[in-house]
Amino acid sequence: MLAVTLDKIIKVYDKGHLAVDEVSFSVKQGELFGLIGPDGAGKTSIFRILTTLLLPDGGKASVMGFDVEDDFKKIRETVGYMPGKFSLYPDLSVEENLTFFATLFNTTLAENYDLIKDIYVQIEPFKDRRAGKLSGGMKQKLALCCALIHRPTVLFLDEPTTGVDTVSRKEFWEMLKRLKTQGITILVSTPYMDEATLCERIALIQDGKILSIDEPQNIIAQYPDPLYAIKSERMSELLKHLRKHPEIKSCFAFGEYHHISFKKDDEAVHKSLLQSLETKGHKQLDFKTMEPSIEDCFIRLMN
Amino acid sequence: MKQFKAFVRKEFYHVFRDPKTLLLLFGMPIAQIILFGFALTNEIKNSKIVIVDYAQDEASRRISEKIEASANFEVAQKLLSHREIEEAFKSGTIKMAVVFPNKFNYHLNHEGKAQIQIIADASDPNTATTLSNYANAIIKDCQKSLVPAGQKGLNINTEVRMIYNPELKGVYNFVPGVMALVLLLVGVLMTSVSIVREKEMGTMEVLLVSPFNPLLVIVSKAIPYFFLSLINLTIILILSSTLMEMPINGSLFLLYFASSILILTALALGLLISNSTDSQQAAMLISLMAMLMPTLLFTGFLFPLENMPMPLQIVANFLPSKWYYIIVKSVMIKGLGWASVWKEILILMGMTTFLVVLSVKKFKIRLA
Repeated sequence: MLAVTLDKIIKVYDKGHLAVDEVSFSVKQGELFGLIGPDGAGKTSIFRILTTLLLPDGGKASVMGFDVEDDFKKIRETVGYMPGKFSLYPDLSVEENLTFFATLFNTTLAENYDLIKDIYVQIEPFKDRRAGKLSGGMKQKLALCCALIHRPTVLFLDEPTTGVDTVSRKEFWEMLKRLKTQGITILVSTPYMDEATLCERIALIQDGKILSIDEPQNIIAQYPDPLYAIKSERMSELLKHLRKHPEIKSCFAFGEYHHISFKKDDEAVHKSLLQSLETKGHKQLDFKTMEPSIEDCFIRLMN
Repeated sequence: MKQFKAFVRKEFYHVFRDPKTLLLLFGMPIAQIILFGFALTNEIKNSKIVIVDYAQDEASRRISEKIEASANFEVAQKLLSHREIEEAFKSGTIKMAVVFPNKFNYHLNHEGKAQIQIIADASDPNTATTLSNYANAIIKDCQKSLVPAGQKGLNINTEVRMIYNPELKGVYNFVPGVMALVLLLVGVLMTSVSIVREKEMGTMEVLLVSPFNPLLVIVSKAIPYFFLSLINLTIILILSSTLMEMPINGSLFLLYFASSILILTALALGLLISNSTDSQQAAMLISLMAMLMPTLLFTGFLFPLENMPMPLQIVANFLPSKWYYIIVKSVMIKGLGWASVWKEILILMGMTTFLVVLSVKKFKIRLA
């Protein structure tokens, strides 16, 4: 059985804004599935539909075989959900938060302690501190504990790493991998493209539409052209000149380099490009081949 | 049940850990009791009164006609027995009674002096004083015209009796008003803000995606505020009876019973408001606008409802606080029991049931 299925799900908000546009995908049991896309792509809407918080305006979706519309009570009993916003009580202590959520799900802290132990030991020293006084990374760990306390079959994590420092982000993904070994299906959304490769399968999403669904390596392998990175000391002018150059197929700013691909890719074309840039006054040109990343794939699919 | 207890405990934590909530909850009633203690004057028109004329002679009739002609009074009935007068006062159909004793004219002409008794319902002290002053002025005016030419002056004594509130205390008027105001405000404000806060913080999403019945979320939110409101009521009653010497003549149980119904109304209203708004500020603003103004205007403790134009009087009928105010005045001041206020209690219960059903129906088990 598939843990999560979506079939042509549509969500329209007031003013006719199409937030989710016929989205279909499925997640296997025990899979770590990532929904990758920028802010406003429709990730949260999809999560809310799957957690029965929103009704879809079209299409069918199910979680563990339960329909999100008809069997919403069943779904609410089995899934774990961590919304994008920090969703704990800031005026309750760490321990009070955990106990409250445990009781809410008809369980106790002791019952599923083994599941959250690895995470909980990190915040246990602060268990008497109010949740509102914790650091971002700590809050996120506590929220994860609260979402896990009842041993959910499917765990929905909506942008769990947004606003969290790099070290905590890395730790967080380590934790998710450990949870996966417990057989919990995890659906995670993130706007950070570099986190995509940490998932088993990903769906790239933009403006409510799925651009591509596959394993991250496959998506990268499907990048059609060799990719190059180029930089000079005048980056914005370089971008303009590259875009005007007739041999350039695609070109976009990417960190300290511009990423480019050519219509016809050979040494001669590379040379003529570099020469023409030098005549336009670009100095200290650095040109090298580049392994495409998920972000490159995303930008290509977007255009 | 365990879930429920945990939830209620959590709500109490919220209240007791937030100094602002505590201040609002317990500071407001105390401040209002003290603030509203200042005099409020009203002009009174068309007050229902009765004239009890045991004399039925020329002088009594002339004075009665003058009183009837005044714009301040609307004479309902004439000639009632003393027992009927009392009934009329208790039911609130009359505000004042003017009593002419037997042989009024005879005493006036032969002894040169006679007495008229004025009985006023002083549970509303301002109205009572004003009415008795109006009546006094009319009688003094008649006194001159009754004197035949060339005779020496006559003397009519008016004996004024203020019933229910002989000392004309203002507190008798505003304590029931403040009770209605505080119970409504605290109830509506607290429930709406506390539910909307869960929405704002995003915890509502987590609560909804749990096996816990969403309606129980609401019920467990209401319970702490229900009890805190009862504590509030007790504070008001203690303050007003110790500091302001406000009597509690009727049954305390009846008083708490009526108050409980009003608190439920407030909680249901708060829930309704929380359904239609997503920010704490909006919830607070709507609660204040929707509760404070109408309660102040249409309950009857600042501005007598009798003086309002008909449409406004009809509007007032839809406010639970108006009925609660009548009940509290009857029970606290007049010492009346169930038999006299059952109608008002039924109306209040009807309103509460309607609001509770409406708010539960409207409650969203999803986000939108």
